[in-house]
Amino acid sequence: MQPNELERVARQIRLRDLQAVYAAGAGHIGGEMSVIDILTALYFRVLRIWPDEPKHPERDRFVLSKGHTACALYVTLAMRGFFPEQELATFLQPHSRLNGHPNCNKVPGVETNTGPLGHGLPVAVGMAKAAKLSGADYHTYVVTGDGEMQEGSNWEAIMAAAQFRLSNLTLIIDHNRFQQGAALSDTNDLAPLRPKLEAFGWEVTEINGNSMEQVVPALEHRGSLPHCIVAHTSKGHGISFMEDRVEWHHKVPNKQQYEIALAELSEAL
Amino acid sequence: MNAPVSTSNLYDCRDAFAETLERLAVNDDKIVAVCNDSVGSSKLGGFKSKFPERLVNVGIAEQSLVGVGAGLANGGRLPFVCGASCFLTGRALEQIKADISYSNANVKLVGISSGMAYGELGPTHHSIEDFAWTRVLPNLPVIAPCDRIETAAAVEWAARYAGPCFLRLSRVGVPDLLPEDHEFVLGRANVLRQGSDVTLIANGTLMHRMVKAAEILARRGIEARVLNMATVRPIDEEAIIAAARETGAIITAEEHSIFGGLGSAVAEVVVENAPVPMKRLGVPGIYAPTGSAEFLLDEFGMAPSAIADATATLIMRK
Repeated sequence: MQPNELERVARQIRLRDLQAVYAAGAGHIGGEMSVIDILTALYFRVLRIWPDEPKHPERDRFVLSKGHTACALYVTLAMRGFFPEQELATFLQPHSRLNGHPNCNKVPGVETNTGPLGHGLPVAVGMAKAAKLSGADYHTYVVTGDGEMQEGSNWEAIMAAAQFRLSNLTLIIDHNRFQQGAALSDTNDLAPLRPKLEAFGWEVTEINGNSMEQVVPALEHRGSLPHCIVAHTSKGHGISFMEDRVEWHHKVPNKQQYEIALAELSEAL
Repeated sequence: MNAPVSTSNLYDCRDAFAETLERLAVNDDKIVAVCNDSVGSSKLGGFKSKFPERLVNVGIAEQSLVGVGAGLANGGRLPFVCGASCFLTGRALEQIKADISYSNANVKLVGISSGMAYGELGPTHHSIEDFAWTRVLPNLPVIAPCDRIETAAAVEWAARYAGPCFLRLSRVGVPDLLPEDHEFVLGRANVLRQGSDVTLIANGTLMHRMVKAAEILARRGIEARVLNMATVRPIDEEAIIAAARETGAIITAEEHSIFGGLGSAVAEVVVENAPVPMKRLGVPGIYAPTGSAEFLLDEFGMAPSAIADATATLIMRK
């Protein structure tokens, strides 16, 4: 799929995500909007996957470490054919398998349970190391939030990935500059991320993470070191009144806001 | 059965773990050992020399240790994740919950030098909370073998079992208690001694002390049943209920806090099914003073003679 087609799919995913969050009355819409272009490029172009056979041993691995943006992953998986799209209506409903954070034992396509931050990258390091040991040629991708990089466990895993020379591992940091309570810069400012990752022995690419033209080649890049993509994104991307506003971390639009957002996303379709 | 107890040959069960893992790894190239710089203390030197590429050392980083283990399992490897039990279970508890237990990852967690094995190194290095922390987690069998034979059998079982588990091992020497052909069965206690006056339940390093206590009690005319309860979860409810009904009193001993461990697990079954007088021996909710592991077990009333005395007192409540 070409970048312009991927952009169209990303807009559909944004629209469906907005609908699901509005219907459920809960979600993490800001961080979902920021990461959707990355998810779209992965699932509709980059990842080698078999939706009918989600545990295929040769599948590429993807871990959404920022598990609170599960709704965006659910919409992406459903639209890619991992489970019926109608099921998205059950998001957060009693006994739905579409929990607020993804469950690998219930949702096809989910590789490991995330939710507590700082868990996905160590697990992804293990996945990539497993491929190095067995000779499997799958690639492992993991998306973290930028605030999530404040978790020390990530830096443990970053050291291990460099030590193991995991050229089959790509970390994408969704650098939307806001965490739950405030801007990163007002909390525990990790920026700039590039020199930190480079100092730990990683190759680093910086991109506009909401530009498909930049997202696709970065994800498809292969080198000899573990690869970190610092994806500069906007929290709430695609919905004008949400963009770069910290309160939209997990705020739910009211009816008027929902209709404005719906109109903006529909117009772009 | 009345198992023979040899006090002359004490055995470090880490050796049985390492030898069994190396033996299994010869025929199963999926087996990998994952450690946190603990090649020596986890006795993985032999594994490292035989299978250097399959020894995954993440450095001193327990959160990563457990997460990497989960990822290795996802990638089709069979990881035995090893570390001092105090750090493995304490530092990485959330990883054990989310990445292993909740994700149901096929990872074998091996807590080395559990209990008060580190003795004089003090309470930071004691792991007397790990039964409590692990046995509340779904999908995670918790196993504390009592001798080298059961350790080897449990490692073989773990390699066959499709799912996570926690093996709690010690470095404190213990005598052989079980027959060489002992087969480990998850969730099933073994009767080491028959008796009808009282039941003594333990596992791990406390087991041989319980057997000796039963011998002392026998000389006093008290016939104690002795149960080796290696599996703390899922616990052998049937054996506990039978012990309560048939012997009328139960005493437990463990190298663990009396809160939340084996004694608590037994008490939960007893109180709901067949209430009888009970006594839990263990670390009584304090940080241990300085001393060797053996000294501390005696200090906390778990010398065989002290166990026998506590049992005699318990029986008076029947």
